[in-house]
Amino acid sequence: MPEPIEPYEEGRAIAATGAGGATDLALSEAETLEKTPGGPQGTGPDKKARSLWSDAWRDLRRNPVFIISGLVILFLVVISIWPSLIASGDPLDCDLAKAQEGSQPGHPFGFNGQGCDVYTRTVYGARTSLTVGVLATLGVAVLGSVLGGLAGFFGGAWDGVLSRITDVFFAIPVVLGGLVLLSVVTSSTVWPVIGFMVLLGWPQISRIARGSVITAKQNDYVQAARALGASNSRMLLRHITPNALAPVIVVATIALGTYIALEATLSYLGVGLKPPTVSWGIDISSASQYVRNAPHMLLWPAGALAITVLAFIMLGDAVRDALDPKLR
Amino acid sequence: MRGATHAKWAALATAVALAATGCGGGDDSGGGGGADGIVSSSWGDPQNPLEPANTNEVQGGKVLSMIFRGLKEYDPKTGEAKDMLAEKIETTDSTNFTITVKDGWTFSNGEKVTAQSFVDAWNYGAALKNNQKNAYFFGYIEGYDKVHPDKGEATADTLSGLKVTGPQTFTVKLTQKFSTFPDTLGYAAFAPLPKAFFDDHAGWLAKPVGNGPYTIDSYAKGSQMQLKRWDDYPGEDKAQNGGITLKVYTDNNTAYTDLTAGNLDLVDDVPASQLKNVSADLGDRYINTPAGIIQTLSIPFYDPDWNKPGQEKLRQGLSMAIDRNQITETIFQKTRTPAVDWTSPVLGEEGGFKDVCGDFCKYDAAQAKKLVAEGGGIPGGTMKISYNADTGSHKEWVDAVCNSINRALGDNKACVGNPVGTFADYRNQVTTQKLDGPFRAGWQMDYPLIQNFLQPLYYTGASSNDGKYTSADFDKLVNQANAETDIKKAVGLFQQAEEVLRDDMGAIPLWYQNGSAGYSERVENVTLNPFSVPVYNEIKVK
Amino acid sequence: MGRYVIRRLLQMIPVFFGATLLIFLMVNVMGDPIAGLCGDRACDPATAAQLRKEFGLDKPVWQQYLTYMGNVFTGDFGTAFNGQPVTELMAQSFPVTLRLTIVAILFEIVIGISLGVVTGLKRGRPVDTTVLLLTLVVLSVPTFVTGLLVQLLLGVKWGWIKPAVSPEAPFSELIVPGLVLASVSLAYVTRLTRTSIAENKRADYVRTAVAKGLPRRRVISRHLLRNSLIPVVTFIGADIGALMGGAIVTERIFNIHGVGLQLYNGIVRQSTQTVVGFVTILVLIFLLANLLVDLLYAVLDPRIRYA
Repeated sequence: MPEPIEPYEEGRAIAATGAGGATDLALSEAETLEKTPGGPQGTGPDKKARSLWSDAWRDLRRNPVFIISGLVILFLVVISIWPSLIASGDPLDCDLAKAQEGSQPGHPFGFNGQGCDVYTRTVYGARTSLTVGVLATLGVAVLGSVLGGLAGFFGGAWDGVLSRITDVFFAIPVVLGGLVLLSVVTSSTVWPVIGFMVLLGWPQISRIARGSVITAKQNDYVQAARALGASNSRMLLRHITPNALAPVIVVATIALGTYIALEATLSYLGVGLKPPTVSWGIDISSASQYVRNAPHMLLWPAGALAITVLAFIMLGDAVRDALDPKLR
Repeated sequence: MRGATHAKWAALATAVALAATGCGGGDDSGGGGGADGIVSSSWGDPQNPLEPANTNEVQGGKVLSMIFRGLKEYDPKTGEAKDMLAEKIETTDSTNFTITVKDGWTFSNGEKVTAQSFVDAWNYGAALKNNQKNAYFFGYIEGYDKVHPDKGEATADTLSGLKVTGPQTFTVKLTQKFSTFPDTLGYAAFAPLPKAFFDDHAGWLAKPVGNGPYTIDSYAKGSQMQLKRWDDYPGEDKAQNGGITLKVYTDNNTAYTDLTAGNLDLVDDVPASQLKNVSADLGDRYINTPAGIIQTLSIPFYDPDWNKPGQEKLRQGLSMAIDRNQITETIFQKTRTPAVDWTSPVLGEEGGFKDVCGDFCKYDAAQAKKLVAEGGGIPGGTMKISYNADTGSHKEWVDAVCNSINRALGDNKACVGNPVGTFADYRNQVTTQKLDGPFRAGWQMDYPLIQNFLQPLYYTGASSNDGKYTSADFDKLVNQANAETDIKKAVGLFQQAEEVLRDDMGAIPLWYQNGSAGYSERVENVTLNPFSVPVYNEIKVK
Repeated sequence: MGRYVIRRLLQMIPVFFGATLLIFLMVNVMGDPIAGLCGDRACDPATAAQLRKEFGLDKPVWQQYLTYMGNVFTGDFGTAFNGQPVTELMAQSFPVTLRLTIVAILFEIVIGISLGVVTGLKRGRPVDTTVLLLTLVVLSVPTFVTGLLVQLLLGVKWGWIKPAVSPEAPFSELIVPGLVLASVSLAYVTRLTRTSIAENKRADYVRTAVAKGLPRRRVISRHLLRNSLIPVVTFIGADIGALMGGAIVTERIFNIHGVGLQLYNGIVRQSTQTVVGFVTILVLIFLLANLLVDLLYAVLDPRIRYA
């Protein structure tokens, strides 16, 4: 007999670290979702799953918030892949003689403290930010749902051990962990930053996945499948995963934005990405010193970052609304 | 159940209220004006306990400069070593010195400053068991290898080269000739220590007692220290103000902001990013004076890729690819002066400051490109300039140096900055020779002698020769210079050694760092000494 | 109830040891801290070896951890590199950060919940849309940018506040930093309350209450708000620990001598004793805050019982 969900466990899935790095902002949004998947009277897993997703899609297509944020994200993806489409310069071409100069023909956003073209750097920075956001989110989602799903599905000792491990990682303040782990990194690639985000970010998804798997497991049709002798792997893949996935996707979408913001915070603390990588975080943190004299240096990369984060949060919002029948 | 949980709410509320009222405290920025006025000054949390022989950075040094006076004191303007507690220091052979301590000096707790106060302090500083980070200052004194062996346990407790010969006299025996030894005695590590230091060490550390113009009134570690003028101070450089309050700031940007908002009187390290605002914010309440600090790029000679014959052209080319004028103007707003040698302008011409570097320190893109190519090009095609990212805002200038090199060589991938997260890790990578490219080096003189700018840094196997530069010619000239008793000739020999260094380009000199400070309208007569520490005792409150 | 609390406390034990071990290992990855103590020159090898011995750094990591935890249980949190006992650092900084956290939590509760209730009740109206947009903006700008801008405008340009907080850090100086620290969570609490209120507004028990003819205010405060607060309380509870540890950025900007700054210094100087000591306390606070929150559920939702 599966262990009933304890209220405190469900509640704690929402626990978030809002401060500083703004990491786990998205968590609390999961609250409404944990109750969503499946629903009390199942009429069959496949049909239900399909109708939930197709209903959601129908809703989304008509939602202006979804369309706008989707278009923004599409645009960002395109310029991440081909930045030269809209920026002809080289982001590493810097002439100190032009340092901090304002807008001028051919250089609409002016120059930064090193005399690099702010417009070109802002365009090229999109790739880094999206890479960090997307890969960190993917890593967190995969690791978190596997561990959380296993804990929820098998219950008992498995659950006990995995949940305690989750707690351990959850208890380490994120910005602090970043300072400690990333301060020794020498690589100038994005991987250490992504790796750190996955290492300290997975508990967030893990708890949500665990909660929704436990909910899904108690549904009549799953119990029926078990009674019919379905194997564990079949139950997980065919019946539980489709129903437990929705909340994970929603939280992950919103979390994506927060990872992009976290990268900037890490750069501000001096442990983020390193040159020659071009990133908004690096540019924002070096511009923050000069904000009194040359606000344009801060404005453009920070604006681009805010719009990107905003787009992902709004997308997540829209998806959640679409997936939550109660709010319809 | 319901009742119980209500009680819990109440308990929580009480806990919060208790915590809230637990602390408080007033604001104490004032303290009256005139001769009794208190000056508030920016500070950083000292890294080590405030023992004189254990303090090797400027923040702890600020306190020591106020509460201690040594045998010698460096003139705040010229840097010249002048007698302070020393009545006379005599020698005939530059190896044996007889030191007479002036009568009439006491510590602020009333204890007399005697020859024993110095000998005890020096023995304490040299002993391995006390973990004093400046112990190496006593390395020239006979018996150092017994109290501070490189390996294993100490076999003696005291330096055999130190002997008290009278209440106010003691003798020092060195292991080698060192004609300028007396001039090094102004360094804080050589300060005398009272008995209380040894009898109640923990108590002393909580509130250090010395013999300088100030006494420590209160010390809240990590946040602030209040120093008061010591009215019975026997020296001539009495404090011109009522006291100094040192406030800890983690970010010197915040300290500067606080100064402009009128909450602070003195900031002794104006951040580069704020220099543009200085004239608007402070008008003429800003000083920018040369200090005995030089910034260089060390070359990893321990790396075979960076130690090939003929590569001196590469290093000279790199030096010429750095537009020092532009960087010191744009990034540093002229608080750095482009370097023309490996010493410092504070030495003055007699002290050995001279344009040795010549064209090799002047920006010339075409020549730079040519020399780098002749020198075999940059090893691996890309070089990383390493620096620590946590303090000192090195990122801006390293990026600028790299951009300058990249532009000169016409290759945007030739040079890239390599930030290392913490200073400790950076030093680790330097000392364990993990860095495979040039790395930043900053040298603040211990005492204003040309020897101090060359020998510790470039002599084979020297303590701070991190790049492992080695040159038989250079070593020979330094040895000759040290043995020379005629100061002028010694300086000449050091300069010849410097020319060897130039021809090898053993390190790329960048610029001399100035001390910069801004102050409020409340105070006047603010100056920085050649160590870029404010001369606190001369500050006057209006 | 009692059994439940005991079980939870027992579960905390492995989490506590796991988290401290994790942070201990992380700090050890940073490498040898001694090299950073000698300024821009190499420590002389004899002194460095002596210091390593003194701080126990010459022992294997597991042994260091065991010794450390053993000492912690006797109340000895070790010594920082400047010779100060870590407990002394804690006594100085925890009250400051506690005050800052209280200010931040108050902002979350007062502003966050009020805005959430208003927008939740008026879903889709202009006031709802405006607040929702504002929260999105707050969420998408990193805290350090908000903090620096606030400091520049209020502290320097307009002179409304002191740009840096004095060492005593009284409540009056912590209002603006507290708001900055709370900003992201504040936006979160608003959105959370809004969703929760909007959802419960259509619940049967609220309709019943309205149908019974109860006054609107009573319906909102006794029935609607009380039930809607469960997720909000959970969030705020978990936020206590996070705010205390995550204040690194805010404390740095406003020069507040609190836990975040001590941690930052500890990390920069690679002082294992400082970092692990502070994190140990933070982990305890985090665990206890979570337990407290779970117990609060029972107050808010009478249907929940603990066994």
